[in-house]
Amino acid sequence: MEQRSTDVIQGTLDLLILKTVSLQPMHGFGIARRIEQVSRGVFKVNPGSLLTALQRLERGGWLDAEWRQTENARRARIYTLTKAGRKRLEAEAEGWSRRASAVARLLKAEA
Amino acid sequence: MSLWRQLTRGLRALFGRAAADADLTDEVRHYLEEAAASHAARGLSPEAALRAARLEVGSLTAVTEEVRASGWEHGIETLAADVKYAARRLHTEFGFTVVVVLTIALGIGAITAIFSAVNPILFEPLPYPEAGRVVTITEMRSDGSRNDGTFGMYRGLAEGTRSFDTLAVFKPWQPTLQGRDQAERFDAQRVSADYFRVLGLSPVLGRDFEPADDRVNAPAVVILSHALWRRRFQANPAILGQSITLDERPYLVVGVMSERFENVLAPAAELWAPLQYDMSQGRAWGHHLRTVGRLGRAIGIDQAAGDVAAVGQRVIVEQRPETYAAEVMFGVASLQDDVTRSVRPALLAVFGASALVLAIVCVNVSNLFLARGVRRRSEFALRAALGAGRTRLIRQMITESFVLALLGGGLGLGLSIVGVRVLVALSPPGLPRLNAIGLDGAVFAFALTVTTAVGLLFGLIPARQAARTDPQRDMALGSQRLAGGNRRIRQALVISEVALALMLLVGSGLLFRSLARLFAMPPGFDARNVLTMQVPAPASRAGADATLNFFASARDVIRSVPGVESAAFTSQLPMSGDRDEYGVHFEAEPARPAQSYGAFRYGVSPGYLETMRISLRRGRFFEEHDRAGAAPVALISESLAQLRFGTGDPIGRRLRIGPTDGAPYTIVGVVDDVRQMSLAVGESAAVYIPASQWPLPDGVMSFVVRARGDAAALTPAVRAAIWSADKNQPIVRVALMEDLVAASAGERRFAVILFEGFALAALVLAAAGIYGVLAGSVAERTREIGVRSALGASRGSILGLVFRQGLGLTAIGALIGLAGAGAASRVIAGLLIGISRYDPLTYTGTVALLAAVSVAACSVPAWRAVRIDPATTLRAE
Repeated sequence: MEQRSTDVIQGTLDLLILKTVSLQPMHGFGIARRIEQVSRGVFKVNPGSLLTALQRLERGGWLDAEWRQTENARRARIYTLTKAGRKRLEAEAEGWSRRASAVARLLKAEA
Repeated sequence: MSLWRQLTRGLRALFGRAAADADLTDEVRHYLEEAAASHAARGLSPEAALRAARLEVGSLTAVTEEVRASGWEHGIETLAADVKYAARRLHTEFGFTVVVVLTIALGIGAITAIFSAVNPILFEPLPYPEAGRVVTITEMRSDGSRNDGTFGMYRGLAEGTRSFDTLAVFKPWQPTLQGRDQAERFDAQRVSADYFRVLGLSPVLGRDFEPADDRVNAPAVVILSHALWRRRFQANPAILGQSITLDERPYLVVGVMSERFENVLAPAAELWAPLQYDMSQGRAWGHHLRTVGRLGRAIGIDQAAGDVAAVGQRVIVEQRPETYAAEVMFGVASLQDDVTRSVRPALLAVFGASALVLAIVCVNVSNLFLARGVRRRSEFALRAALGAGRTRLIRQMITESFVLALLGGGLGLGLSIVGVRVLVALSPPGLPRLNAIGLDGAVFAFALTVTTAVGLLFGLIPARQAARTDPQRDMALGSQRLAGGNRRIRQALVISEVALALMLLVGSGLLFRSLARLFAMPPGFDARNVLTMQVPAPASRAGADATLNFFASARDVIRSVPGVESAAFTSQLPMSGDRDEYGVHFEAEPARPAQSYGAFRYGVSPGYLETMRISLRRGRFFEEHDRAGAAPVALISESLAQLRFGTGDPIGRRLRIGPTDGAPYTIVGVVDDVRQMSLAVGESAAVYIPASQWPLPDGVMSFVVRARGDAAALTPAVRAAIWSADKNQPIVRVALMEDLVAASAGERRFAVILFEGFALAALVLAAAGIYGVLAGSVAERTREIGVRSALGASRGSILGLVFRQGLGLTAIGALIGLAGAGAASRVIAGLLIGISRYDPLTYTGTVALLAAVSVAACSVPAWRAVRIDPATTLRAE
């Protein structure tokens, strides 16, 4: 087991999901796997939290959900980013990079 | 947009739970399959891949539950489940449910009914724009009693004060309306032009009075109430500009008031006409007008009071010093305070009593809940052991309590509908805004708030128990042995119940005793077997002589009715609400300077004092020869004689009544004091004169008829006698003198009846509380008592065991209650008459009653304890 894998930081899961879905419409497991892969295993997504977050984002109007046939002939619930979702992604992404760079600057600062 | 989605998705889940669940399960399963597929893609065998996927995803049920629990609809589902469960529980424990719901209903019903009366009367502003600015101005004599105002003073204040936008005066009026229909007599008001402007309202149809309408000899105009307009004139707007005939005089209708106009100053008044006050008649300084005003913006009552006092004194000094006593005081009070003054103490006391009842109800129900908690402890333990979370258990308990509280509250609201009816039926005559009493939004909000508070309170008790559940211990022990833990709390509750009940009992005892004292007070006349009828002079008989002749001939006919012992008439009747006061000016004499006093003036026929059995102290009664044209004579009351002459002899002295330039009356006798306003009010300076010697004959007289037997039975015959003198004569007020006396104590009787009802309820609840605790305690101690009697304890000692416990609780409760009652009796002090609020007899009597009830409540459990068979109990181990 990889020691460095961590739970997703509270509050960033929505951002990660929105970003992932913005690349292409995807089903739940696909989103989870993509987050793990892109973060190189740093973030491990718990399926309960993920599906709860998806339900919340869908109800909030940031994602649309639709049952579709996948290429391997299974029925899957596919999530797509809505216009409102894109707006929110942009806003949250900007906010995140501002905070992240601030934290980074603080950590680099010498006494 | 997103809110809409939230709502629709939630509702879809709520109402299509199966489909929503299927969707969710499909998605979770798909997730698992994809995970397995991804492991298989890395080269694992299908079985190994599935196992790895299961490990990664965890329990499918847990994931499904987690997602399900996140939506808002989940809260509703839990609530529905809780309510369903609660309903099932309460159905199982049907007896408990019924007792609790009825008890809560009693408490909430009582306080809601009282609140529905108290709120519009005491708390809601009167239905006028900026009602806080409407004030009344009264004059007070040096002894603190109130006096009506005079027109002269009103004029002086209107010119001199700066604190008011407008001032107005008014007096009651009872005109007879003639028309094609039968003549009808109305309650009405004579008002100065600004009356409606003071209230801040104007007619909904037509125009308000103008100053020009109010001048002497101006064309007579009238404004109608909406009810009268509809009843007599079919709501026809064409009535404006037409004339109606009142007391044989044409009045031009200029306006109609709104349907919603509530005239708190004279609730029964149906039409209004300008006063058209004639200053030249010398009546400008007679005290028979009430004064109201609208304060200027940002003017406080104190400021206005100072203004009125200063200007009033100046008016007295500059214009009319001799009829106004120099020490007259002016009072300015908000209209609301003024109209509620007489009923406020009774209403507040009754409201307090109903709050006490609610408190006792809460204590009683808490007790029931505690007892039930003991029985349910193993259930809680089982549920906790099966994995129910603590919050979940507490939530369940609170839901149960709320269901009970809502049932009780709903039933209570129903009871209060009946209660309001009873309240209105019992209401004292002075209760203002009677029509505003009823169930409105404020009352519903109040009932809901109380219900919620009650539900929360009772929810917390079992919730606390649920929270302390220790499944292992509680399941191991049988519930029988567990009961001890709550005993102290339950005992404390019983003690507080006894204390609260005692407070109510003392209150109702004090009120009851002072009512008895009040009725034992001599009113100054003999009210038994006296029938009274108020009759206005027929409008057709113009002129003083014709009026008097009518009354005299009617009296003669009444005298000849079989069963009538004597009959007479008077211009004002004691205890009837009549109030006719004048300045009485005694002439100067060698020993004393001239001096004026306010006194009730009675214009009476010969025989009035004898018929009422008012005792003669000195001199003589009126005789038939004291008539118009003969030397004017007067009788004065004992207290007026005392005021003026001390121990000296008033016979032969002279006085004037009203205007100081009138003919003097010679005092020929002194009679006993009579209570004019009510039994409780001791104002009794009075002067009696023959009605025929009064310069402006009274248009309305009250006949008093003393019967040999049952006075009420004479009513038809006396009516017929009056009609034989004039067959179209309206008869206004028919009442037995005894009923008038009783009604004059209306506020106190109202408080007494309600207090007694509440105190009775409290006593029953307290007895139930004592019984409940003792019965529970005997049941818990069955084994102990069995062992005791097996070891040779006598019946007496076992009885003693139970009674000691019960009476001990009662004694502690009674001690606390006595202290509480002593403090709380301050609230009803204003209603007490003739006894102290610490009246020892009441307190000891109440304690004795409580002790007796407590003994009764103890006796059933005690009897049960004595009958415990040691053999059976020991074998049951």
